[in-house]
Amino acid sequence: MTAMSSVSIKTTIAAKPEFKFGKNKVSANNVNVFYGDKHALKDVTVNIPEKAVMAFIGPSGCGKSTFLRCLNRMNDTIPIAKVTGKVEIDNQDIYDKALDVVQLRARVGMVFQKPNPFPKSIYENIAYGPKIHGLAASKSDLNEIVEASLKKAGLWDEVKDRLSDSGTGLSGGQQQRLCIARAIAVSPEIILMDEPCSALDPIATARIEELIDELRENFTIVIVTHSMQQAARVSQRTAFFHLGVLVEEGTTDTIFTNPNDSRTQDYITGRFG
Amino acid sequence: MVSRISPAQMRSRRIRERMIETLLFLCAASSVLVTIGIVAVLLVESWGFFTHVPVATFLTDTMWTPLFDNPRYGILPLLSGTFLSTMVALCVAGPLGLTAAIYLSEFASPRIRETVKPVLELLSGVPTVVFGFFALLFVTPLLQATILPNLPGFNILSAGIVMGVMIIPYIASLSEDALRAVPQALRDGSLAMGATKFETAIKVVLPAAISGVAAAFVLGISRAVGETMVVAIAAGQQPNLTLDPTQPAATITAYIVQVALGDLPHGSIAYQTIFAAGLTLLLITLVFNIFGFWLRVRFREEY
Repeated sequence: MTAMSSVSIKTTIAAKPEFKFGKNKVSANNVNVFYGDKHALKDVTVNIPEKAVMAFIGPSGCGKSTFLRCLNRMNDTIPIAKVTGKVEIDNQDIYDKALDVVQLRARVGMVFQKPNPFPKSIYENIAYGPKIHGLAASKSDLNEIVEASLKKAGLWDEVKDRLSDSGTGLSGGQQQRLCIARAIAVSPEIILMDEPCSALDPIATARIEELIDELRENFTIVIVTHSMQQAARVSQRTAFFHLGVLVEEGTTDTIFTNPNDSRTQDYITGRFG
Repeated sequence: MVSRISPAQMRSRRIRERMIETLLFLCAASSVLVTIGIVAVLLVESWGFFTHVPVATFLTDTMWTPLFDNPRYGILPLLSGTFLSTMVALCVAGPLGLTAAIYLSEFASPRIRETVKPVLELLSGVPTVVFGFFALLFVTPLLQATILPNLPGFNILSAGIVMGVMIIPYIASLSEDALRAVPQALRDGSLAMGATKFETAIKVVLPAAISGVAAAFVLGISRAVGETMVVAIAAGQQPNLTLDPTQPAATITAYIVQVALGDLPHGSIAYQTIFAAGLTLLLITLVFNIFGFWLRVRFREEY
């Protein structure tokens, strides 16, 4: 990163309209994650506002993805991972023993770093979630869900004539939008995105960023990104992670123009990372 | 003073190098040559057989009695025995092997997997003759005492069941490899949708690995078709055109073993039947292997 890029970030920030935050959707309190002996995430406390985009930034290995995976309990799939602390969605503890993780993940969708469409048709990729959760009463319901999800993900016009083609045959950017459509299809409240553009070219990235901005109206979005420009462009709030610690969190505006912590300042001006 | 390599020395080194290369080539070629040799012998001896017995008779006659005074040479009874025992084996090994593979790949902790897989593979180390006697002296009496009181002492069913148990490790182990080769990203994608582990295994991982699983099944079928001792011991050795697995019957392999142990005059038609049956067996396994290859290409998925 050069000084120039931080200037362009400031321009980006200045060009964005004022944003009014709603209530908090997610609140995390003293979340710690251990991978075996490794203390990957230390005492993270943060609130995530609803119907807004929150970006997690920070250098590689800083814990941002680890924290993201706490929000839909994907860390459960790693046998050596241990999570302590409290994460609440709509004031409900998601680590409560009585809570069904399947239900949770239907409410909290996720899009991964590398597009991972299932080796099925485009249609079946989208229909997968609604089918397992029994969301469609009939075939025509299912068709509607598929169409609506693909439209929301801005992919409908490109694929409507080849819904039975394999999802893996699409371009990288289309695959990622397919994965977003797949996540939308079960009507989640929150969508987690783990560096969704890192495997994509600039044009496909711009397309996804536009899409994220549109989706914000209906979903709470949390995005992990390596690109500070991306965070500045798409998010309303930003949290900066470093070495497993949440260093600073605030409006994207503040974090990029007037950060409190010198580490944040150093990172956004490109002194490390 | 630096001594230089003499031209004579250079030449002897080159010759030695050439000889070693030739030797290595011969070693590598030997297995191919042996295979070609086997096929050639099968073809030549079968040719002799088919000059006496028309191919049409061989394929359509319903009796196989080459050693009788009035010999008949229809392969169908042997094929039906082979087909039946293989089907019974597949009915046992398919579901059990695949279930074991899904459990080991998707559910078992690494520690359980590392214990169970070698134990499962030990099953394939048991000599097949032991499996044969197990079928004859344990499974058949057990079936007679429980669900099939009229079961003959020699029957396809017991042989097929035990053969199925025998090929479970093949199917389980190869299917498990195929399932585990499916990238974790696909499982994560499914789990993150709120699918359970089982839904993920059945609806995402298994379809993605279907080519490898199909290949495992085809290999299991090939094994069952070629299996000899179990059927020779437990299924009886009289050729019997039937689709009823509770009957005694002979398979192609059981016939070959039975006749090859007798003292048949060299060059007689009865002697040549061994090769005709052997060629049939070879063709069947070849077809299965080509089928497996086709499946793999046809359903290959790019993850």
